[in-house]
Amino acid sequence: MTVADYAFYLFAILLVASGLFTVVARNPVHSVLWLILTFLSASGLFVLLGAEFVAMLLIIVYVGAVMVLFLFVVMMLDVDFAQLRGGMAKFMPFALLIGIVVLMQLSIAFGDWTAADGSQALRAAVTPDLTEVHNTAALGQLMYDDFLLLFQLAGLILLTAMIGAIVLTLRHNPNVKRQNVMAQMHRDPAKAMELKDVKSGQGL
Amino acid sequence: MVEFFTTTNLGIALLILGQCLLVLLPLLAALAFLMYGDRKVWAAVQMRKGPNVVGVFGLLQSFADLLKYVVKEVVVPAGADKFVFYLAPMITFVMAVIAWAAIPWNDGWVISDLNVAILYIFAISSLEVYGVIMGGWASNSKYPFLGALRSAAQMISYEVSIGLIIIGVIISSGSMNFGDIVAAQDGRFGIFSWYWIPHFPMVVLFFVSALAETNRPPFDLPEAESELVAGYQVEYSSTPFLLFMIGELMAIVLMCALITLMFFGGWLSPIPGLPDGIFWMILKMGFFFFIFAMVKAITPRYRYDQLMRIGWKVFLPLSLAWVVLVAFFAQFGAFGGAYARWAIGG
Repeated sequence: MTVADYAFYLFAILLVASGLFTVVARNPVHSVLWLILTFLSASGLFVLLGAEFVAMLLIIVYVGAVMVLFLFVVMMLDVDFAQLRGGMAKFMPFALLIGIVVLMQLSIAFGDWTAADGSQALRAAVTPDLTEVHNTAALGQLMYDDFLLLFQLAGLILLTAMIGAIVLTLRHNPNVKRQNVMAQMHRDPAKAMELKDVKSGQGL
Repeated sequence: MVEFFTTTNLGIALLILGQCLLVLLPLLAALAFLMYGDRKVWAAVQMRKGPNVVGVFGLLQSFADLLKYVVKEVVVPAGADKFVFYLAPMITFVMAVIAWAAIPWNDGWVISDLNVAILYIFAISSLEVYGVIMGGWASNSKYPFLGALRSAAQMISYEVSIGLIIIGVIISSGSMNFGDIVAAQDGRFGIFSWYWIPHFPMVVLFFVSALAETNRPPFDLPEAESELVAGYQVEYSSTPFLLFMIGELMAIVLMCALITLMFFGGWLSPIPGLPDGIFWMILKMGFFFFIFAMVKAITPRYRYDQLMRIGWKVFLPLSLAWVVLVAFFAQFGAFGGAYARWAIGG
């Protein structure tokens, strides 16, 4: 076994184990931390595949931004764990049933999985020659030169989702006092303060 | 002998270990004196003497501090999540250290010459926020928790603009490798062919974002001592606290290295004719550390809503517009190809 093999087994075992701990951890914050370890191991696997750009993006986007917000929300949750576990026994059979159904569906789908003739050749036809271009450049070429329309459409779908989320959560409450930044910045001592010459023993 | 270090697994492992130590030990030693320098600059601005008791001119102050931290008692608050509590300072420290694997000191003097080095550094610096959040949460106390929340929001906000500024540099050098980025800044005019001229507004933006990203004053709201005592560090003592402190300082030095490499030509000499070399790199980093120390001494702390406003409503649109502008300049070869060094070959 080479060093890369050892690294693969290390990352693969870490990935599966931390994924498992994400599910079974009792504390939601621990769950998120395990999930972060899962992402890190996955990016390690990407590096082993020679896709270091995707690996770094995985860390920057998921671990660096998404999971921080996740952690942010989970930390502020005030969950009563005893109450949560109380309902566990009641829902367990139902959850198991759903799990088994999903597992069977997946196994049927994968058991019947066949690749079309020439699918490998189709995939190879669009892949730039990796001996000539660096894999980051190859990715850019595919996304921005060859499949620009699909890429832009995907972006448009995400934009729609973003606008939808903002529209759904935006509330204008007329009773809230809002901060007027420009007014704040243009205050000066002449307008805000008044100097009085107070005679001693008299007051104002 | 040479074959042993380049062909056998054990030899390669030993070689990498040796290289790591070669970077890490001088770096840690330098940190001790940088900490001292930081305090001296701060003191000089306030017309104090600063540390002057331990050793000649107080030069050994940091080592005395180190000893003091190590021999103190570790106090874990009741109700703290012990595992995460200890994990947080370690994460801060480890993240700060491993980033140096991709930082070159001279042409080719780098432990790991990554293709995506600049993204790697960006990824690692975005992971540094976890030390702060985890420390704040695991302490099970109110001030650290507030500090952690502030810091999470602050670091994410400023990472966005740092990322966009980095994209501008990547566009004009056509590579994410530091060696190529520095090589793209090599020109006939020495200091005037570096990226700080074509990318000038972004140098300032990057510096300010770096201050916010490393929780330095005037953006040290996560540990604002007048409101939060010391933020996420309140419950930490002894070595865990020391790890937090070293990690933070190392992140600052890393930002100095990043500014040097991206905008100020790394190891290139500012005057044409003088030899390039590692001393220029160290000199430039030292200069930026001095600026960091000066900023700490001469600026008052921002209010939190102002910090967020400047991050999202000023820096983000500016850096986004700059990326678009740089892309146009690079594509159409504006200003004699100053924004597209890959096109004219350095």
